[in-house]
Amino acid sequence: MPNSYVGQRVKRTEDPRLIKGLAHYVDDIALPGTLHVAFVRSYYAHAKITNVDVSAAVAAPGVVAVYTGKDVAKVGPVPCASALPGLKVPDHRVLAGDKVYFVGHPVAAVVATDRYAARDAVDLIVVDYEDLPVVADVEQAAAGNGPVIHDAFSDNIAYKMTAGEGDIDAAFAAAERTVKQRVWHKRLAPIAMEPRGVLARYFPGEEELTLWSSTQIPHLMRTQVALMIGMPENKLRVITPEVGGGFGSKLNVYAEEALLGWISMQLNQPVKWIETRRENIQATIHGRGQVGDIEVAFKNDGTITGLRYNVIADLGAYHQLLTPAIPTLTGLMLSGAYKIPAIQINITGVFTNRMATDAYRGAGRPEATYIVERALDLVAADLNADPAEVRRKNFPGKDEFPFHTATGLDYDSGDYEAALDKAQEIVGYAQLREEQKKGREEGRLIGIGVSTYVEICALGPSAAMPAGGWESATVRIEPTGTVTVLTGASPHGQGQETSFAQIVADELGVSINDVTVIHGDTGVVQYGIGTFGSRATAVGGTAVFIAVQKLKEKAEKIAAHILQAGATKVSFEGGKYSVKKAAGATAATGASEPVYPVGEGPAGALPEPQTEGRTSLTIAEIALAAHLAKELPPDTEPGLSATYFFEPKNFTFPFGTHIAVVEVDRETGDIKFLRYVAVDDCGRVINPMLVDGQVHGGIVQSIGQAMYEEVVYDEQGQLITGTLMDYALPRAKHIPTFELDRTETPSPVNPLGVKGVGEAGTIGATPAVVGAIVDALAPFGVKHLDMPIKPEDVWRIINNDSNGI
Amino acid sequence: MKKAISLNVNGVSCTAEVEPRMLLVHYLRDVLNLTGTHVGCETSLCGACTVMLDGQAVKSCTIFAVQADGSSVTTIEGLATGGELHPVQEGFWERHGLQCGYCTPGMIMTAAQLLDRNADPSREEICHGLEGNLCRCTGYQHIIEAVEYAAKKAAGS
Repeated sequence: MPNSYVGQRVKRTEDPRLIKGLAHYVDDIALPGTLHVAFVRSYYAHAKITNVDVSAAVAAPGVVAVYTGKDVAKVGPVPCASALPGLKVPDHRVLAGDKVYFVGHPVAAVVATDRYAARDAVDLIVVDYEDLPVVADVEQAAAGNGPVIHDAFSDNIAYKMTAGEGDIDAAFAAAERTVKQRVWHKRLAPIAMEPRGVLARYFPGEEELTLWSSTQIPHLMRTQVALMIGMPENKLRVITPEVGGGFGSKLNVYAEEALLGWISMQLNQPVKWIETRRENIQATIHGRGQVGDIEVAFKNDGTITGLRYNVIADLGAYHQLLTPAIPTLTGLMLSGAYKIPAIQINITGVFTNRMATDAYRGAGRPEATYIVERALDLVAADLNADPAEVRRKNFPGKDEFPFHTATGLDYDSGDYEAALDKAQEIVGYAQLREEQKKGREEGRLIGIGVSTYVEICALGPSAAMPAGGWESATVRIEPTGTVTVLTGASPHGQGQETSFAQIVADELGVSINDVTVIHGDTGVVQYGIGTFGSRATAVGGTAVFIAVQKLKEKAEKIAAHILQAGATKVSFEGGKYSVKKAAGATAATGASEPVYPVGEGPAGALPEPQTEGRTSLTIAEIALAAHLAKELPPDTEPGLSATYFFEPKNFTFPFGTHIAVVEVDRETGDIKFLRYVAVDDCGRVINPMLVDGQVHGGIVQSIGQAMYEEVVYDEQGQLITGTLMDYALPRAKHIPTFELDRTETPSPVNPLGVKGVGEAGTIGATPAVVGAIVDALAPFGVKHLDMPIKPEDVWRIINNDSNGI
Repeated sequence: MKKAISLNVNGVSCTAEVEPRMLLVHYLRDVLNLTGTHVGCETSLCGACTVMLDGQAVKSCTIFAVQADGSSVTTIEGLATGGELHPVQEGFWERHGLQCGYCTPGMIMTAAQLLDRNADPSREEICHGLEGNLCRCTGYQHIIEAVEYAAKKAAGS
């Protein structure tokens, strides 16, 4: 059957409510009698709390209650889902106990009748601190020296781990050449435009708690929050209304989510907390936060023979949901798009007096790609070879898939050379290199950066995931013919209300307008895992696709029964089941329209479909027959609905080539993009417009990391970049016009052939941008620069001024 | 303590008594229940709260409701007229100018102002005009194309 929707640039069904300002994010939901919560947060990075005086706050107008750590000692702990061998897990409660260990650590919660009163009362709470020495130096922490954050442990080393395959020592012993480079991945703030927020409502009679939370994982949150506050999971309902971006920062279970639920249960009133942007930068997880040494062993002809990465991961003061696991993902992807026979990662995860790091778009994989791509650039520079050619030399061929890496993965499918060829052709690579050469003679500083990335998506097989890696879907056809899809994925901007409807509408031969995709409500949707790790379409979309096939199997049996044809005698086309025609017969007609025009629906019971003498039935008529259950085959369940839980057998491995071209201004150090070409391969594409949007957004987050963004703490653990005034995000004027193209290598891992694209841009683009800037500065002997690369850094290099670098 | 204010919001007269410190955005959202205007940073850097105040795009998170006394305010809910989307709204839908949608109302109000002032802006002028609004999802390219679409649409009609 030809697709009407899949593969098309279908406009999003989500958009009308969003562009009219009629959508509902957490803070847009107003329940009568709602109380507002504001937090007292630590302004010390590490201190003992000697006293908390809440008396003035309690007496303040509008204040209903004040809670401190002592009141909520039994709530929690804030969960960590990673179970690495020997991992130290601090007991992190929802409010600080006798110690604070990062700036922003919540110390007390004020509940008041409105948000202004709550905020006023925060200032009336007096906390006496006795400051403690701050752990800010990750290398000291990794060496096991210096002050210790958690009394339960003897040092700040949370875990050490070594991974990889192949004889790495032999690779370096036999190496014809080696290069080594220290590389920083600075902390980044995810900055979803909608900060976090929670609304909690407890009904004491029913003993039911509902949490509206801005999260990517409603079901996982339900399980965890139920455990944290000690209530039956089936009495807790989590609803994610509209969610204003996540990027991993809402792939978590935070103290505030459990605390708000608990407070609502104490007060029997709805309570709401909406994070301020300052709180968001202080106390929502950060991303990245690694410093490590790359060592590469290679031959004189550019063949890579070994890669070692010794890394210290700055985990922050405690573990959020996946904190310790993120650096291990870096280890998994260290082979990049290359055949590297021996790879080793040595991770030391350390506690510091800062907010926890965790999953931020890419989550450990951008670090890996950056390391491998920087390594290839360093090898090229060492050999004075073209970086694109060094890459090409080390690619596995397209007939070598599934391709086993020395990090223990089996890449599903790929044709890396095709993506590189296409990107080089679009950008006019050979000519660009000529222009660059000529430009240099004229004093122009043009740089070309190439990144041939591969990423790991569709997270993931359950064996590799802490809490299940499958995804669920239910597809049902309602008595009046509309189609409802319940997905366990939890989209928050990715557009799956549209792309999943595209899949279903094509499979059922119905209009996309008759399909509604429901997500993000644990009271309505079967258990699901959520949206993260570029998994929603590859895993959740596949669940939807297979659920539709199950539904059609049943519909076909019912159709055959009603049409009085044998099971093999009906066919499905264009939304209709028809008795297969003898050769030369004319097409069957006469199907009725499923949806009643306004005002013309039946007054009472739905009329049975008129089946007498028919040779075809629409899927809607079959759904009605299944609902009325008067004419079903023997032993058939009434209703037309199917549920499927899809367990992927492997990850998927999208890939591509990004080429950035920049020019550096000799006078100011300013960096200007001349071109940006991205050729991505995310397998089969459901909606090219949405894929382009994902790629654009990812690249700009990469540009942010490469050139602007950095969470800065000083030696006292003070957060220096605490507002958007100090934390620089890319704006419209900072971006080039992206030239996008694709190759399409279907994944054999799922029947849709899709791979995932949510993180491609953030993974593939950073090394291309850094590579381009470094290349522009090659005439000054520059081989590597750490991100973010600012005009000031560039200016100092050009002017041979090392002050401050 | 409270002050009486009177505003025209989306063509409707609204009077209320508010604390002098109440932000315009909270008046719109909490008092009038016009929740399409969002708060993204409280320091006037993200632009999610942008509304039109007497025809000028302003950030409603850094203006008090009492300062808007006697003024006309247009919010995202009031931009479409007679059930017809504003060309900028249409452009955002047509060109996939939004993902999570949180910055979108402010972005649309700013873009509408931009086109009011310059009916045929260059790409550079669009980027400059949108400089006060942050988007973390789209990477801006589709937003720029949405504004270009709206400019063409408005010129054609």
